[in-house]
Amino acid sequence: MYAQMIKTAGTGVKSPEEMTEEERRFQARVDANEKIEPKDWMPEDYRKTLIRQIGQHAHSEIVGQLPEGNWITRAPTLERKAILLAKVQDEAGHGLYLYCAAETLGVSRDELTEQLLSGKMKYSSIFNYPTLTWADMGAVGWLVDGAAIMNQVPLQRTSFGPYSRAMIRICKEESFHQRQGYDIMMKMAQGTPAQKKMAQDALNRFWYPSLMMFGPSDKDSVHSAQSMAWKIKMNTNDELRQKFVDQTVPQAEYLGLTVPDEHLKWNEERGHYDFSEPDWSEFYDVLKGNGPCNTDRLNARREAWEEGQWVRDAMLAHARKKAAAKVAAE
Amino acid sequence: MKNEWPLWEVFIRGQHGMSHRHVGSLHAPDAEMAIKNARDVYTRRNEGVSIWVVEARHIAASSPSDKGPLYEPSESKVYRHPTFFDIPEEVGAM
Ligand SMILES: [Fe+2]
Ligand SMILES: [Fe+2]
Repeated sequence: MYAQMIKTAGTGVKSPEEMTEEERRFQARVDANEKIEPKDWMPEDYRKTLIRQIGQHAHSEIVGQLPEGNWITRAPTLERKAILLAKVQDEAGHGLYLYCAAETLGVSRDELTEQLLSGKMKYSSIFNYPTLTWADMGAVGWLVDGAAIMNQVPLQRTSFGPYSRAMIRICKEESFHQRQGYDIMMKMAQGTPAQKKMAQDALNRFWYPSLMMFGPSDKDSVHSAQSMAWKIKMNTNDELRQKFVDQTVPQAEYLGLTVPDEHLKWNEERGHYDFSEPDWSEFYDVLKGNGPCNTDRLNARREAWEEGQWVRDAMLAHARKKAAAKVAAE
Repeated sequence: MKNEWPLWEVFIRGQHGMSHRHVGSLHAPDAEMAIKNARDVYTRRNEGVSIWVVEARHIAASSPSDKGPLYEPSESKVYRHPTFFDIPEEVGAM
């Protein structure tokens, strides 16, 4: 997902007897679907885990602009260019909503940025893959935003108020993202044989990395169990991955494209598709920094941060000077 | 870290005569830039016709621990709601 492999702080779910009075009251509020607000009492591990999770989600939105930004100047028509620009601008907004939600937990924006740039915090593995052709803009919107939606829709009900509100805003904007991607795929798949080939190639390259977005199976993880008890994780990774496959396969069929999985088969008994797992060693490798674009992505963010420094400083100096002049005049 | 832009809370009034509503926050060096940024971040889809921004440090908020003393007294005052009174049907709309 946009937040993958988040390490849940603490030692797993405590029984009511093991909890302090405050923890019991907190868990009862979460169980009753009350929203936890920034000034409310919360377990330190809940706060820590949420900073990691929301921070990583925010970083993913921001870094996620890069693979698509790559095609803005080369979009095939002015209309496609305007649409892609609007989509990428939305992602910047998503990053900002989420950074603000994380900041209510007592971490500063600069700290979050510095942790991204130092590699201490991660962003989703998916953005370390290159976008080689225009068809990739279709595959990213359709599959990557599609996978993100799977995870973000249930997170609208998450227990932490600011995170939930950010998710609600984001979800309102996401379906435009997926639809514009699918629209590109339809155009390509119904185009010339060369265009259809590009569409198939994009699906081939983005299928498994999209499945990896949900993270490895966590059905036996005590950490995931804790996050689920806190309602900052709403489904297991496998549940969401299955839902994504079930929804996406018919969409690929409509396009006349083939999902690159020879074991993909409808399982009548389960009422779900059976499918192949992605190569998890590749996933861990990408997380470690060895994906095709890790270095490029982080360099681009560092450059933006460093080269923007004088602008940020100048604007602040100007604002302070103006404020001082105003005080002097009064 | 010392030079982080201050945090602003953003309030937007929608098209239909409702009051300004809190929509989120953002960082900006001053009020003018905060309004410009709010326009980009929070009104990309005609969400509003008016923007208010206020620096977050100027907002005073009630404390969660005061919930009882502040709000419980109104719970027992059911007569403040119109449905407390039974008005005969013959009287007509009221
Ligand atoms: Fe997004
Ligand atoms: Fe998106």
